[in-house]
Amino acid sequence: MPAYTAPIRDMQFLLHEVLNIATAGVPGYDELEPDFTGAVLEAAGKVASEVLAPLNRSGDAEGCRLENGIVRTPKGFKAAFAAMKEGGWTALDSDPEFGGQGMPYLMGTAVGEIFVSANMAFNMYQGLTHGAVSAIEAHGSPEQKATYLPPMIACDWTGTMNLTEPHCGTDLGLMRTRAEPQPDGSYRITGEKIFISAGEHDLAENIIHLVLAKAPGGGEGTRGVSLFIVPKFLVNPDGSLGPRNAVSAGKIEHKMGIHGNATCVMNYDGATGYLLGDLHKGMRAMFTMMNEARLGVGLQGYAVAEAAYQNAVIYAKDRLQGRAVTGAANPTGPADPLIVHPDIRRTLMDQKSFVEGARAFTFWGASLIDRSRRQGDAGAEALISLLTPVLKGFLTDKGFETAVSAQQVWGGHGYIEDNGMAQFVRDARIAMIYEGANGVQALDLVGRKLAADGGKPVMAFFDLVKSFVKEHEADAGLKAEFLGPLKAASKDLQAAAMIFLEKAATDPNGALSGASDFLHMFGHTCLGLMWAQMAVAAQTALTEGRGDPAFLNAKIVTGRHYMARHLPATALHLARIQAGGDTVMALAPEAF
Amino acid sequence: MDEPIIEALEPPKPAPTGLNIVVCIKQVPDSAQIRVHPVTNTIMRQGVPTIINPYDLFALEEALRLRDEYGGQVTVLSMGPPMAEDALRRALGLGADKAVLITDRRFAGSDTLATSFALTAALTTLAEERPIDIVFTGKQTIDGDTAQVGPGIARRMGLNQLTYVSAIDSLDLAAQGIVVRRRSEGGVQVLRSKLPCLITMLEDTNTIRRGTVQDLLRAARADVTVWSAEQAGVEDPMKCGLRGSPTVVKRVFAPSPRAEKAEMVTVEGKTPAQIGDALIDLLFARDPKLEAVVTAAAR
Ligand SMILES: Cc1cc2nc3c(=O)[nH]c(=O)nc-3n(C[C@H](O)[C@H](O)[C@H](O)COP(=O)(O)OP(=O)(O)OC[C@H]3O[C@@H](n4cnc5c(N)ncnc54)[C@H](O)[C@@H]3O)c2cc1C
Ligand SMILES: Cc1cc2nc3c(=O)[nH]c(=O)nc-3n(C[C@H](O)[C@H](O)[C@H](O)COP(=O)(O)OP(=O)(O)OC[C@H]3O[C@@H](n4cnc5c(N)ncnc54)[C@H](O)[C@@H]3O)c2cc1C
Repeated sequence: MPAYTAPIRDMQFLLHEVLNIATAGVPGYDELEPDFTGAVLEAAGKVASEVLAPLNRSGDAEGCRLENGIVRTPKGFKAAFAAMKEGGWTALDSDPEFGGQGMPYLMGTAVGEIFVSANMAFNMYQGLTHGAVSAIEAHGSPEQKATYLPPMIACDWTGTMNLTEPHCGTDLGLMRTRAEPQPDGSYRITGEKIFISAGEHDLAENIIHLVLAKAPGGGEGTRGVSLFIVPKFLVNPDGSLGPRNAVSAGKIEHKMGIHGNATCVMNYDGATGYLLGDLHKGMRAMFTMMNEARLGVGLQGYAVAEAAYQNAVIYAKDRLQGRAVTGAANPTGPADPLIVHPDIRRTLMDQKSFVEGARAFTFWGASLIDRSRRQGDAGAEALISLLTPVLKGFLTDKGFETAVSAQQVWGGHGYIEDNGMAQFVRDARIAMIYEGANGVQALDLVGRKLAADGGKPVMAFFDLVKSFVKEHEADAGLKAEFLGPLKAASKDLQAAAMIFLEKAATDPNGALSGASDFLHMFGHTCLGLMWAQMAVAAQTALTEGRGDPAFLNAKIVTGRHYMARHLPATALHLARIQAGGDTVMALAPEAF
Repeated sequence: MDEPIIEALEPPKPAPTGLNIVVCIKQVPDSAQIRVHPVTNTIMRQGVPTIINPYDLFALEEALRLRDEYGGQVTVLSMGPPMAEDALRRALGLGADKAVLITDRRFAGSDTLATSFALTAALTTLAEERPIDIVFTGKQTIDGDTAQVGPGIARRMGLNQLTYVSAIDSLDLAAQGIVVRRRSEGGVQVLRSKLPCLITMLEDTNTIRRGTVQDLLRAARADVTVWSAEQAGVEDPMKCGLRGSPTVVKRVFAPSPRAEKAEMVTVEGKTPAQIGDALIDLLFARDPKLEAVVTAAAR
């Protein structure tokens, strides 16, 4: 069975040496002292390795079952869910007014990574609930908050998000689910939703579905869409559960990965629903939680990669094959361990430098969300909105690639299900698809985010890179190995951004042919910035005699690997964008 | 005529319910991370992270379990340098209700006699607030290893001492009685005692709980009570620290291995008597002189 150990030291390094949260001035961060964050991460790590990780393989093998309208989760999930609730892990960063712990989102993100690495499918039950809680926190009436938030924050009730329909995935304007107003102010919801994660299961007393549907008078397309609360069991005024609502799971999907999470067809047959937020403003209500939800999916991408990488390392140290080209490293054994071979080293360094860079990027993103939420920092809000499609698209594309690389280290044994490496690959795959497929993330980036507010957010990003480079340029070593490559990547990115701004109107096909390339070069530049910042932090800690020198030196070497071997990808992506859409759009559909 | 001012009278405090338990914990270097200096052969303590003495976690868990079942409170008490506050805060994060650190330059260099003296003073001071029902300690520490501090406290406080306890069978709050299992050579003793008492818990008798987020937050926000020798109620400082410690370490050395190696012998037999006879025969055959000595002594 694959092993998992929470990367606490790496997380502590990010929180206290890179993000320097103690002096960041964000309300709530003052409490996050190293001892405290260390204790929380350690306790979360224990839950992950003792409770969640042992259920990852078995949950995958067993999957969920639908019997007479009831979905049964895999063996052990119920007890594990109870343990999560009891430990207070479901409510880490929720509103204390409704029973949450009120910790910063950054802390919830760090703990979330640990849980996702240990068992992604299991963690989705609470992850989706968290998303629904955020929506109700942001848009609910005082009564709705009082009714739904406390049991949902405690995870006695869980939540879902219902957007997708058979004919309507990316293009939500095609939605058919209807909402008819009733004299008592409620709505009757009718329609079919598909692919609804955690739509039905046996872990909670009640399930609160958030459903997008069309109410009369809203007009065509997405403008007519509103958001509704549709509980599985209606809730009595005293908070107790009332009659069963007319919503049921018609089917659960047989799918590639995340078998422990029930993906359901949900039938709404005149179910009672309550408007959440303003009528016909459902899309806007969804958008307010988008940054958070997409950061959460980006996190899944690298968190699964982290678990896969850990097991690649274990195997590479254990498996004896071949001899080191420079002479036997294990002369008394029949062969040397895989880790002596340069090609194995290359892939392990690729994996390590991606995962650690991705973690830094995600933690930074989470800190921007905290700045925006807790300080009303508009600049941080604009920046995280720009970076959200990059976080989601880049980290899930690369996360999947990394899981495949980790599987490759295991050779043929990686292809055998019992060994668990195949599961990482299968689980990581969905993150590229849901919460907006990655191609659509690229569209969002170049079509919406790049030009937002006259391009101010993207200019702010370039300024950030520029001033960081300037601040540290005096250090010759840093300049050669980190700042130079970062500057070059940022220059490529700026050149590409100019092409999009110019071509958007005149050659939209040409521009959009390069959208995914732009998302990827943006991702590389962000990870380059992260690695440069981590190198500075590691160097500072070394100079000032803090921390374990072996760990800090490894940080710098890993950063050099990323800068030298991955950041140059921006040049290739730029070349593709410059090539435009000629070849891409030239052939007629019949030619394919 | 003046109305009696009833509101001004303080309402009587409700009598505390449940158990009042104090667990003595010691902060020790994490022996798993200690390295020995390659040249001087001495232990390198610098930079070694500290932990709660692992044996004390069994005591803490048992105390928390009793509190969860019978109500009341668990206080953790430690004597040590100011940084021992970390260990206490960790115990709070695991669910303890209160923490007290006694720290004073005059405690430095305490041996087991002085340690149990200082801890007894603090326990006595704590008991003035509310009588203590049970004092828990670990079986021993991983650095001092003496297993003397618990019994020392019991003797000084005049408490029944229940050592090497592997399980608490029952507790009767009303009758102030407790029944425990004690592991002893060759068997298990079932002991009944009056409360208050002192219990030293055996290792591997339970598993320390995982901290909850609620407890971790409370621990981060809680104040650890810090007492000097006087505040702890120490009346005679001469009984503390180095001056109060009759133990003198003359020399520390690593024993050199003996030249001859031990050998394991096995014999077979159907009954214990047969096995015994076979073993004696074998030993006497190996060492004829032994036979003469033993038979002579037997006469
Ligand atoms: C396991 C699983 C769990 C899910 N959980 C949920 C859930 O909980 N709630 C929920 O509402 N949905 C959920 N989904 C649905 C998921 O969000 C959608 O599958 C996803 O948004 C894509 O929609 P689609 O499948 O209809 O693909 P389509 O929209 O048909 O897209 C197909 C492909 O075309 C591309 N594409 C589409 N439009 C454009 C365009 N304009 N320009 C360029 N490319 C385009 C896409 O990138 C994609 O690659 C889940 C799906 C799965 C498989
Ligand atoms: C031969 C010898 C010489 C020593 N010389 C010195 C010396 O010169 N200088 C010096 O500083 N130390 C010295 N020590 C160490 C010191 O005596 C002990 O560390 C200390 O008295 C506690 O004893 P212990 O660690 O053996 O605890 P044990 O008796 O093994 O511990 C039993 C239990 O008592 C409790 N307990 C023990 N200590 C504490 C504490 N501080 N606070 C709260 N609870 C506690 C714990 O619950 C523990 O599980 C010496 C020890 C020995 C054996």
